[in-house]
Amino acid sequence: MGEEVKLFRTWSSSFALRIVWALKIKGIEYETVFEDLSNKSPLLLQYNPVHKKVPILVHNGKPIAESFVILEYIDETWKQAPLLLEDPYERAKARFWAKFGDDKVLTSVWNVFIKQGKEQEEALVAATENLKFLEEEMKGKKFFGGERIGYVDLALGFLANLISIFEEIIGLKIVDEEKFPSLYSWMQDFAEAPIIRDNWPPRDKMIVKFQALLDATIASSSSSSK
Amino acid sequence: MADEIILLDFLPSIFGMRVRVALAEKGLEYEYREQDLWNKSPLLHEMNPVHKKIPVLIHNGKPICESTIIVQYIDDVWKDKSPLLPADPYERAHARFWADCIDKKLYDLGKKITLTKGEEQDTSKREFLEFLKLLEGELGDKPFFGGENFGFVDVSLVAFSSRFYAYESFGNFSIEAECPKLIAWTKRCMERESVSSSLLDPQKVHDFVAGMRKRYGVE
Repeated sequence: MGEEVKLFRTWSSSFALRIVWALKIKGIEYETVFEDLSNKSPLLLQYNPVHKKVPILVHNGKPIAESFVILEYIDETWKQAPLLLEDPYERAKARFWAKFGDDKVLTSVWNVFIKQGKEQEEALVAATENLKFLEEEMKGKKFFGGERIGYVDLALGFLANLISIFEEIIGLKIVDEEKFPSLYSWMQDFAEAPIIRDNWPPRDKMIVKFQALLDATIASSSSSSK
Repeated sequence: MADEIILLDFLPSIFGMRVRVALAEKGLEYEYREQDLWNKSPLLHEMNPVHKKIPVLIHNGKPICESTIIVQYIDDVWKDKSPLLPADPYERAHARFWADCIDKKLYDLGKKITLTKGEEQDTSKREFLEFLKLLEGELGDKPFFGGENFGFVDVSLVAFSSRFYAYESFGNFSIEAECPKLIAWTKRCMERESVSSSLLDPQKVHDFVAGMRKRYGVE
């Protein structure tokens, strides 16, 4: 009896990328089901009734939602190429940085991208503070996981792609090579690593998508201030 | 050599209570150090430089932060006694999902009930009760979220019950009227020594929240 692994995702989601990378690093065969979030499939709603979001991993018919929960499930189910170390303290640190990435770094970087004027300046200050912690954590290491890509690299990996896309659209530097040498160098190494490199969503499509999001946000805020 | 465990905490903190419950479930001796959150200690700054928040568990000198991460750490290290997470990966994922859900929703909704008024408070009350009903559905007929055994999701949720009286009082509504099964579950949890000894008395929590309302000028 074979394993049946399906991944419900959108083409651009950074959260889904974590799962793609994890499955490929472990050499797990799986089927992708692309979802259109403006028209969610009945299966999506059945598999994640609480949040109605993707990504969702379905393993032999059983659904798991929330990308960090999925990553730990994958690591516990398929033991080859472990993402988390065995030591409980190292695991706690990894979970901490992954959560920090989503709660603080992503939020502040997103605000730099989407906000204007004074709010953008404040967002840049917050983002810089948050990135400093990552810079400190990165020092002396090739990847957050050490010599090999691990859980934290997969959790933060979206930064390696998304930040450069944001920088290109808004014409503002978020991760300056001089200010953040270790982080900058990690972003290059991670983005170019085998498996990671082969699975980025198409850059030109990403630029179009995020430019449109920014334009719509600017349009709606200027029309509401009339 | 014995383990040295120190907990940097704040008595009314829901997140701190989770860690207290987990430590008690495992029968662990530790030193509790109450923190002044308006005048943070050098130790807190040193042990949690990123967030400067409690709870922080310091185990043999090494700090672990974020309550859900601390509870998992405690479960990983002292795995032979009262396991909080089940053994099966799918069951573990299920527990982690619900703990994450509780983290994402409940605290902020509760905070809004106690710190807002009018329409915003009404909306928060409605969403809060909807979420508790969702949790009742997940609990079903089981004694605990962990099934027969008190588990990870129970630890994540039970501390909120110390704040229910405050929510009801300042929100002017009854949780038991809408969610009797959940209240029955909290009573069941309170029969456990680990829970009753770790949660702050609801009147004291109420008084703390009253103080916060004054501080934020809500009254």
